[in-house]
Amino acid sequence: MDRSRRTFIKSAGVGFLALGLPPPFLVRAAAQQSSRSKVLVVIFQRGGMDGLNVVIPFKDPAYYALRPSIAVAEPAAGEEGAIDLDGFYALHPALSPLKKIYDQGQLAIVHAAGSPDNTRSHFDAQDCMELGTPGIRSTPDGWLNRFLTQRERGDSPFRGLAVTPQTPRILAGAAPTLSLSTIEEFRPRNLTVAPALQKLYANAADPLFRRGGQTLFEAMARLRSIEAKIPPSTASYPAGRFPAGLKQIARLIKADVGLEIAFTEIEGWDTHVAEGGATGQLANRLKELGEALVAFHQDVGDRMEDVVIVTLSEFGRTARENGNRGTDHGHANVMFVIGGHVRGGRVYGRWPGLAPELLYEGRDLDLTTDYRAVCGEVIARHMGQRDLGQVFPGFRSPVGQLGII
Amino acid sequence: MTTPLRQEQKIVHFLNRTSFGPTPAAVQRASQLGVRDYLEEQLAPEAIADGAVEEKVAGLKTMRMNSRELFELYPPPKAARERGMATNAMNAPRLVIFELQQARLLRAVYSQRQLYEVMVDFWSNHFNIFAAKGANRWLMTSYDRDTIRPHALGKFRDLLLATAQSPAMLFYLDNWLSVGPNSRAALQTGNSRRRGLNENYAREIMELHSLGVDGGYSQQDVHEIARCFTGWTLRRPRGEAEFMFNPRMHDPTAKTVLGKHIPASGGMEDGVKVIDLLAHHPATARFIATKLARRFVADDPPASIIEQAAAAFRRSDGDIPTVVRTIIDAPEFFEPTFYQAKIKKPLEYVASALRITEADTRVTPQLLRYLGRMGERLFLAQPPTGYPDVASSWISSDMLLTRMNFASDLAANRIDGARVPMQMGDTQPLIGLIAPGSLSSATQAALSETAGSDTLALLLAAPEFQRR
Repeated sequence: MDRSRRTFIKSAGVGFLALGLPPPFLVRAAAQQSSRSKVLVVIFQRGGMDGLNVVIPFKDPAYYALRPSIAVAEPAAGEEGAIDLDGFYALHPALSPLKKIYDQGQLAIVHAAGSPDNTRSHFDAQDCMELGTPGIRSTPDGWLNRFLTQRERGDSPFRGLAVTPQTPRILAGAAPTLSLSTIEEFRPRNLTVAPALQKLYANAADPLFRRGGQTLFEAMARLRSIEAKIPPSTASYPAGRFPAGLKQIARLIKADVGLEIAFTEIEGWDTHVAEGGATGQLANRLKELGEALVAFHQDVGDRMEDVVIVTLSEFGRTARENGNRGTDHGHANVMFVIGGHVRGGRVYGRWPGLAPELLYEGRDLDLTTDYRAVCGEVIARHMGQRDLGQVFPGFRSPVGQLGII
Repeated sequence: MTTPLRQEQKIVHFLNRTSFGPTPAAVQRASQLGVRDYLEEQLAPEAIADGAVEEKVAGLKTMRMNSRELFELYPPPKAARERGMATNAMNAPRLVIFELQQARLLRAVYSQRQLYEVMVDFWSNHFNIFAAKGANRWLMTSYDRDTIRPHALGKFRDLLLATAQSPAMLFYLDNWLSVGPNSRAALQTGNSRRRGLNENYAREIMELHSLGVDGGYSQQDVHEIARCFTGWTLRRPRGEAEFMFNPRMHDPTAKTVLGKHIPASGGMEDGVKVIDLLAHHPATARFIATKLARRFVADDPPASIIEQAAAAFRRSDGDIPTVVRTIIDAPEFFEPTFYQAKIKKPLEYVASALRITEADTRVTPQLLRYLGRMGERLFLAQPPTGYPDVASSWISSDMLLTRMNFASDLAANRIDGARVPMQMGDTQPLIGLIAPGSLSSATQAALSETAGSDTLALLLAAPEFQRR
């Protein structure tokens, strides 16, 4: 399994163009020191989202035959139907709030995208995507951390933030990163012990704790000094942990704390049984995702000029529905890229087709865009890190410039 | 540290690895018996009287109920309305999970069968089930009581089979719905609701439960194993749930699993053959040995220990006590490199704090909220992978802060459900249970500058106490 995986990756990389880079004048003022730093928000959809039912290829003749009980109806079907994007693809109706952002040209969609690794294991595929070196699992750090490490600028403890309890693999590595759940609760409960603990951790011989303590106490001090100045949020986020996390990110963007990379995640995409079509299990997850993204977009407001959001999920799902009106672990998926300077309002990526002979390993949507081509372009053109050798070592984009940003 | 461990350090190290943390009584017992005999005692838990904790657990009435009773007394809101029952906080299904969480933490803190409880925690995580998925709310109690606990120190093969046939696992990984493509149920014509294969369980039993992700299986093996397990289903998922084999759902044609031929018409035996094949596969011995060595020795356990443990697994037909004994008996176990090498996961951290302070503990929502904020919501890990067992997963800034705040609240007796006795103002005896003779100068200096309950807060929040 390992061998075939490596062989595939190797052959896919040979003889293609390097990732196209923009002329310097197009690289926005990311390199300039500014409190208004460029921000990349990465959202991981854990569990393997069924991209084929999120951005529906309703004109692919095979789609409806593959999914007799869970297909989302064509746009012509009205209320229950998908929302037409370009005459070929349509958006799941539960994502209707996102259509406005798409129409404003701030949402780009990349279909048949993902990791070239052929693993169908959740944790293996998540690791692959987070390490940024598909096929090589011994990589010690995540690609978002390598970006922070390579571009040493600013010493804000907020440069790399995970709004998750654990530090995700994608942010693990040499550069200090921060994790927090809520701004309000990010404070010591005992103010007399706190200074002693700060000193104790600063003097700890164990680097894990010395570094962890330093980031923690700096971040708490910084937050307290600006907390009062964070503008209140007027947007209404839906209930749930994921929307609450996005709201924290929005607040920190508006607070200009030096945030560069923000990461959060949303669970519940592993729809093996009773996935549903226009309504149901997947629709409920999409509703939360879409409403939260729209609230974030509104909340951040003008600062969306400086923000790009990218969504990732470890793999797509089988093209054919399974025996329980669900789908099993598959391959290529769909990605969203949202931002003020995103060339949105269109669906990127070559459509590989869903006819039986076109399916990957005879069962899944084939992959035509490596997620690193998408993320690399965002890192290069939005974040201004033009040399991607450290971020995605060994990666050369087989598709060249996508032009998403 | 390169000098060999001193005797008191060996005992602390041993207790850190085989229990939820040293207490004065445990140190005394281990010193008296010697580590070797103490281990043997712990490996035969049924001979250890454990009345005190079982009395506390007996107060949790759902722990004795079967799934039908649980479903009737703690119904989902819709079923409650249909039956004309008033719904309130006392009969909500989440109370069932709350009592399971309470029992898990109470046993971690109070049980005399500490190694057994460590193994129960280990296997619950290895065979993880998300208790809040649908009917699992009413199936988890039995899963813990009747599937994991009876086999936690038994044979791996029996544990694997028990989980495969447990209503909770059949439900969680969807196998109860999986129908063979060539089964009578599938071939029946004119049925618009025709069902088919679901490969969720087939993949996870190999990847997570037995062979490991590098265990050398293919997508074709996933498909074949899924066919073998068709018909392994359950009766009454929302009632008196029980395993059943339904021949109408079973795929009767021949299969090839990991190169082995399984002839046609094997019926329920197909699944049993898969269990036997996986339980006795060398990749399984290695995978389980590695995970156990990671739990007992280090995040990256030395290859020599993994090899010894895997060999013991093969030799003993997957006898779990034999494998554990081999790991702890290995000469490397007491090497100074591994002393305090593990970061406590949240359950280990909270339980060890409650044990070392001899706090009078009733498990309350506040206590469990702390565990959740540290990242370990008991019985509520959503993915089948369960929680990780390596340092990097448990020391983020948010988790560190939560541990500090927990230490402060516990020391000041501000946690509902945990009373630290007054004499805990003197932290000296505790140091001997945490880092005898090796407390860092930074921690020593900090302790000398604080007073009262703050000293205890500091000690419990110090890096030394985050490790085991």
